[in-house]
Amino acid sequence: MERNNQDYKAAFGDIPGTLVFTAERARKGYWLNQFCMSLMKPENRKRWLANEQDYLRDWKITAEQKAALLARDYNQLLALGGNIYYLAKVFSTDGLSFVQAVSTMTGMTVEDYQAMMAAGGRSPDGVRSIKEGK
Amino acid sequence: MAKITAGVATSHVPLIGVGIDQGKCDEPYFKPIFAGYDWTKEWIAKPENKPDVVILVYNDHASAFGQEIIPTFAIGCAEEFTSADEGWGPRPVPKIKNHSDLAWHIAENLILDEFDMTIINEMDVDHGLTVPLSAIFGQPDSWPALIVPIMINVVTYPIASGDRCFRLGQSIKRAVERFPSDLNVQIWGTGGMSHQLQGPRAGLINQKWDQTFLDDLTADPERLRQIPHIEYLREAGSEGIELVMWLVMLGALTNPKELHRHYHVPASNTALGHIVLENGK
Repeated sequence: MERNNQDYKAAFGDIPGTLVFTAERARKGYWLNQFCMSLMKPENRKRWLANEQDYLRDWKITAEQKAALLARDYNQLLALGGNIYYLAKVFSTDGLSFVQAVSTMTGMTVEDYQAMMAAGGRSPDGVRSIKEGK
Repeated sequence: MAKITAGVATSHVPLIGVGIDQGKCDEPYFKPIFAGYDWTKEWIAKPENKPDVVILVYNDHASAFGQEIIPTFAIGCAEEFTSADEGWGPRPVPKIKNHSDLAWHIAENLILDEFDMTIINEMDVDHGLTVPLSAIFGQPDSWPALIVPIMINVVTYPIASGDRCFRLGQSIKRAVERFPSDLNVQIWGTGGMSHQLQGPRAGLINQKWDQTFLDDLTADPERLRQIPHIEYLREAGSEGIELVMWLVMLGALTNPKELHRHYHVPASNTALGHIVLENGK
C-alpha cells in the first residue's frame, strides 16, 4: 500500500488541544525528557526538590524549558518537546496524581475536572478536527 | 505443544495499582472499577483455565527506556524482572518470572518471520505490566503464571500501525504453536481505552467508540486492524492509541468468543475496558 507520510503527519496538527509526540518534538525535547528520567532515582528527587535551579544547571535544557519546568507549565512543556509520560516524573515527585497534574492543562480547577470525568469525561463532539469544526 | 487458549485485554491505569496497593478496593470510587474483575478472577482460578504462561503485551511509559533507545517492538527474555520506580517508589508486587525458553523461542521465530524484535535482557517493568497482573491475580505472594513481556512503542511517533500489530500477534501465535512442550498460554493486550492525558483536550472519553471497538473484537476484527492512527487520536484521545496493543492479542486468536466484558468511566482520566476472549478454532 502506498502511504503518504506527509499527509500522515500533517493530520496530527488538525486535532484541537493536542500535541502528538512526533520525531520533531522528541528531538526538541530530548534533554528535557532525559532530565525527567533522572527523577526516577530517590536521591535525585531529593536533590531536585532541595534546589531546582541548581539541579537544572547540570542539564542541556533551554532557558525556555527551564522556566516552564520551574513554573510547572505543562502545556508549555509539551510545546517545547516534553512528553507526558516523562513529565509524569516531575509531577509525581511533587506528589501530584495524574488527574491533579492533567487538570492543570485544561484551564479547569481540579474539582471541575474531576466532576467532568465522573460525568463521563470530555465529549469528542466539536474537538475532533480544527478544519472541520466537528 | 503449547497452545494459546484465551486472550485477555485490560486497561492498565496506574490508579488501579494505587487502589490495590493502598487497600482502597472497597471505597465507593474504586468498587465499580474492581467489581468487573471478579468474574475474571474466578474464571482464571479454575484449573482448566489457569495459564502456565501469559504473554503480556504492554508499553513502557518512560521507565525502562528513556529517549536514548526506542524499540518499536521488544521482547523481555531475562529470567525475571522487577517493578520499576516511576517517581513514587516501586509498586510492592512480587518479582515477575519469565518463561525464558519460550521467550527466546518466540524472539527467534518472530525475527525469522521478519518482525525485527529488540531483545531485552535487563529491565524494570512499570505499571503497564504490573497493573493488569494485580487487577486479575490480586495480591499473591508470587504470580501464579510465568510472564513473557512484549513491549510496543506507543509513545514516540511514528508507532507501528494497528495492522502491523495484528500481524505481530499472528506471528506470535505461530511461534507458540511451534514450541515443543505442553503449555496453556494466554495472551493479554493492555492499555486504553479512550483517554487523553495532555493539553486542553485532556479528559476526552468516547464511550460509543469504545463499545464498538469491544463489539468488533469478535464481530469485525478486520475493521479494527485497519483503523488508522489519526482515528484513534481524534476519537479515542491521544493516549487511546494504546489500543493497538489489543490488536496484538487479537491477531494471536482465531475466531475468538467473548466470555466477559467490563467497561467503566472513569478510572482516573481513563475509560476502563476489560474483556476476556476464548480462543476458537
